[in-house]
Amino acid sequence: MPEAAAVSIEDERPLRKLYRSGDGRWLGGVARGLAGHLGLPVVWVRLIFVGLSMADGMGALLYAAFWFFVPLGVGGVDAQRPPSAVTTETAPDGRRRLVARKPDKGQLVALLAMVVVAMVFVGNVDLGSSTKAYLFPTLLVAAGVALVWRQADNARRARWMAVGRRRRTLTIARAGAGVLLVGAGVSGIVVLQGSTSHLSSVLQAALAVLVGVALLAGPYLVRMMQDLSEERLMRIRAQERAEVAAHVHDSVLHTLTLIQRNAENASEVRRLARAQERDLRQWLYKPEGTGKDEADEPDTLAEAVRRNAAEVEDKHGVPIEVVVVGDCPLDDRLTAQMQAAREAMVNAAKYGGDGGAVQVFAEVEGETVFVSVRDRGPGFDLDSVPDDRMGVRESIIGRMQRNGGTARLRAVPGGGTEVELEMERTATT
Amino acid sequence: MSDASEAVGPRGGSEGAAEPSAAEPNTAATAGAAEPAQPADAADSAGAAVGGDQESRRARVVLVDDHRMFRTGVQAEIGRTAITGVEVVGEAADVDQAVTVITTTRPEVVLLDVHLPGGGGVEVLRRCAPLMSDAERPVRFLALSVSDAAEDVIGVIRGGARGYVTKTITGTDLVDSIFRVQDGDAVFSPRLAGFVLDAFASTDAPPVDEDLDRLTQREREVLRLIARGYAYKEIAKQLFISVKTVESHVSAVLRKLQLSNRHELTRWATARRLV
Repeated sequence: MPEAAAVSIEDERPLRKLYRSGDGRWLGGVARGLAGHLGLPVVWVRLIFVGLSMADGMGALLYAAFWFFVPLGVGGVDAQRPPSAVTTETAPDGRRRLVARKPDKGQLVALLAMVVVAMVFVGNVDLGSSTKAYLFPTLLVAAGVALVWRQADNARRARWMAVGRRRRTLTIARAGAGVLLVGAGVSGIVVLQGSTSHLSSVLQAALAVLVGVALLAGPYLVRMMQDLSEERLMRIRAQERAEVAAHVHDSVLHTLTLIQRNAENASEVRRLARAQERDLRQWLYKPEGTGKDEADEPDTLAEAVRRNAAEVEDKHGVPIEVVVVGDCPLDDRLTAQMQAAREAMVNAAKYGGDGGAVQVFAEVEGETVFVSVRDRGPGFDLDSVPDDRMGVRESIIGRMQRNGGTARLRAVPGGGTEVELEMERTATT
Repeated sequence: MSDASEAVGPRGGSEGAAEPSAAEPNTAATAGAAEPAQPADAADSAGAAVGGDQESRRARVVLVDDHRMFRTGVQAEIGRTAITGVEVVGEAADVDQAVTVITTTRPEVVLLDVHLPGGGGVEVLRRCAPLMSDAERPVRFLALSVSDAAEDVIGVIRGGARGYVTKTITGTDLVDSIFRVQDGDAVFSPRLAGFVLDAFASTDAPPVDEDLDRLTQREREVLRLIARGYAYKEIAKQLFISVKTVESHVSAVLRKLQLSNRHELTRWATARRLV
């Protein structure tokens, strides 16, 4: 059985802390957490709890205590399940939420076992009629409390899993159901105690007390919640800023140093400045939700176009201006188109870079993706290119045709060359 | 360093075919500041279109930018009135200063930075609105920025600026843009054209006002060509129309951009639209 293989929340843990496992839990994740902590199979821990429950409900009490005091974290046993068992999906409305998992078989078995044991326990052990009568209301109360606590867990878990807010109605409904259950259980006990006659007045009094408490503490609690969330937001912002600043300052300093050392080499200075500018822009105007690293392969068209342009710009020292309208995920055909576009950029930079910046335009319109690469160089005649130079013919025109697209090279009225690449996207079902 | 970018990956392409492994510093291949991209075109698309040559034109300009270095640079590039015809009559570094200077000097064109202390370029536009709509001597604004953020760009245009150019623009092109704005035309950089195409993208949402919320096919074509880096004159050739017609199309787009109530425009801060 492996040790807790899951990643801990903090980067480094000086001492191993006990966490409840949020993943693959059945009730509070106590058993899984403990099992992970102690290096025991989960089943054993669960059995021990069940066994202890026989001893005057000791197990249940222990469980509850653990549940209450042990924080929920990423701990516990690394189940033989892919880590994506709890995933987030993007809802149609754009909000991310937890995807409900199907409970695994082990949990169902455990649940059944618990129920059976409880039945046997209740059936065989003579509790005495008075105690027996209290059993059901007590169970109700326990169920209600469990429901509300799990809810609290979910809220907490949502926070560290960076999952967007779950639908409020569900939360409220669950909390309400829990409260109802507890209320019913408590009322049941009260009824059993024979104070039915006072039930209504007791309930009224309790309600009055609750309302009073809500009135007194409510505003304070609300304000506290607001302060808390505001503070969290500020902290996240500050962190983000610090991250950006650290990255940017470092690379800007580097660039400035290089520029000073290469002061005589105008093209190198320009190239350095362009690269730094691009880097900075990427940090400043990065569309939200794409916290991608440099190393990642681009997976949308806009990213791919920008990436290619940046690389060609760096390599050939000719500025390339990119304008992208619309965006779509990359597929095989578009990847081919991107390669052709890159080739066109290289040609434009090499042969038409004297005339100024190369202008790249990409547009996604329905199923059609259009890319144009335009330079203001001396122009270019396809027929005059010797046959052994395969650049344009093969890697632009040929590549586009092989993948079902079209490529057109032409001289622009105002001077320079323009390459137009058109490709139908693979139909998305 | 440039060898490292010779990526041998899925997108490697076949550029290794016949090129030096390192980009030799080739001073001839410098682009940008020194040599305007289209000197001839710039001059006569401004001059010929308005029936006069550039030498005789004059424009009184105010520079609004919080970076003194940038103001100095622009002043040096375009402020030689004898050559460019542009006379810088005032400078300002924040919103309050800008409003004061613009009100007292009454320039024909204001070069306005988008990011300014005291509320940004939008605030200057808001407070100078009466001057803009002055029938006798309207003050016109051209936005200059280093920003790439769509909401900034669209914001100043909706605030009343008649154009948007990036600060990397060459002196010649900037002078050309100033005269264009002075004539009441619009100046769109390729990037702005891209943003506008994105903003007016065909959505399922029904337009609130059919005239303002849709671009005509022709306007779309013109914008596309601007985004592809064509000068107005080249667009005219390409579409077999006159430069004047191109200008009127662009002005129409500008008007739509300023008046449309489509919520994609007003709440523009959307990420890229994935088709």
